[in-house]
Amino acid sequence: MDTLVARYSRPTYDETVTEDMEEELLDPVASGLSLKFAMPPVAQPSSWLRSATDDRMNPDCPIKIAHGTTTLAFRFQGGIIVATDSRATSGDWIASQTVKKVIEINDKMLGTMAGGAADCQYWLAWLGMQCRLHELRHKRRISVAAASKILANLVYSYKNMGLSMGTMCAGVTKEEGPALYYIDSDGTRLAGNLFCVGSGQTFAYGVLDAEYKYDLSVEDALALGSRSILAATHRDAYSGGFINLYHVKEQGWEKHGFSDTNPIFWKTKLEKGEFTNVTSELV
Amino acid sequence: MVGKDCVAIACDLRLGLQALTVSNNFPKIFQYGDVLLGLTGLATDVATVSDLFRYKVNMYRLREERNIAPSTFANLVSSSLYERRFGPYFVSPVVAGLDQKTGKPFICGFDSIGCIDFAKDFIVSGTATEQLFGMCESLWEPDMVRLDLDFRTLFPPGIFFYMMILLKNGQLNHDVECSTIMHIICTSDLNFTNASYQSTFATGFDEFFANNLNLLDDLQCPEDLFETISQALLNAVDRDALSGWGAHVYIIEKDKVTKRLLKGRQD
Repeated sequence: MDTLVARYSRPTYDETVTEDMEEELLDPVASGLSLKFAMPPVAQPSSWLRSATDDRMNPDCPIKIAHGTTTLAFRFQGGIIVATDSRATSGDWIASQTVKKVIEINDKMLGTMAGGAADCQYWLAWLGMQCRLHELRHKRRISVAAASKILANLVYSYKNMGLSMGTMCAGVTKEEGPALYYIDSDGTRLAGNLFCVGSGQTFAYGVLDAEYKYDLSVEDALALGSRSILAATHRDAYSGGFINLYHVKEQGWEKHGFSDTNPIFWKTKLEKGEFTNVTSELV
Repeated sequence: MVGKDCVAIACDLRLGLQALTVSNNFPKIFQYGDVLLGLTGLATDVATVSDLFRYKVNMYRLREERNIAPSTFANLVSSSLYERRFGPYFVSPVVAGLDQKTGKPFICGFDSIGCIDFAKDFIVSGTATEQLFGMCESLWEPDMVRLDLDFRTLFPPGIFFYMMILLKNGQLNHDVECSTIMHIICTSDLNFTNASYQSTFATGFDEFFANNLNLLDDLQCPEDLFETISQALLNAVDRDALSGWGAHVYIIEKDKVTKRLLKGRQD
């Protein structure tokens, strides 16, 4: 460990660090991962890939990439709530109902995945590694702003190559307090109080916007996050499965369960009298 | 799906526009006398076609002064769909019913221009066909009978009960397999030297069944069919993003039709 620290750590005042970073990022030895991806031997790899994988453009495409999601995160008085569904679909086929779409980057920071499952999984794991390296180099934890920018710069370097991801980074640091960023594969990076991402985002926004206040209590905020995902899983065919709920607070994040939507739905309907559009008796 | 002296037909309740679920209460099964018709496909055509057949079946009944038979209805569906050969309704119908004269189960399916697919086991249609084929191929058996556990305990030497079912069906490839029976005989604490058991064995099965045939009436054929078709449908739609949100199941017997609502997953 000491040799590793010695190798990567530099004095924090060293100005050259930022200039070196990009080089190191692309240096397979420094990052420990090869970023030299094999390319298809055609003139336009990105357009070739799109015609093979984009099922909206070409429904008969040979490769169906898993996507379809609802994820949300919002800042409030008590920190940040992060909630997701757990369904992965390829076409109409439900490939999995138990996907973990919240990625624990470190014990104070979370990432969410929407879009291409492999893209998100790979690059958020990669981001976790970059954050750890940053920690070793600078002897302090990376800020959420910096972490989100590493990811944004990375996806921007692959712009128009067919990456598909919509992610949120949520975390707490001493300098920033609770911070929330939205990053997508177009290269967009936005700081904000409230985001919903994925095919079910509109349904989640509907519930979240109606009930959201910054002064929400922790209990109410958790319930609102869960209820927004429930609404989205109900109306959006490509969202469903389980509700994955996290609370990010000063001391770090806390997991609040990975719970099946089915009993939650019927409890919400039968006990609170919501979802009156669903029939539970034969007339 | 065909059972023993009964048939069942089931549908989910979703109406959707691609990913958006528009309604959770859109049944796709329509009853015309003794015959049931299931329609999947474009919602506007489901409505149009179901109304069209209500009209045609009512006209048939007025002319013939009797209910339409399932096989006759199937031919009516086929010819009506082929009338639109060059501008078809976007539906894939399924017909199920019992022949009122013979009591024989009848099921069949169609493509959108009226090609009939007769089957003696099951017919599937819609967006989850692949999942449904998988479920039905694995769950369906000919002449399904439910083994009621409480009922079985009435017979301390349980083998008689198994034997009765096997004998009635004239087969051994049932819920109960030969190995199960052998297992029960070998592992049971029956004392075969016991005089009463010996006498039962000695008098033979024929006599035993002759005395206990009334017990066969308690076998639950429609119940087992209901269980099978429900499990097949619910588990199939849970693997299809575009189906689900509850289901309707109809069980058709000689003298009654039972309709049930299944509360499926709402995601």
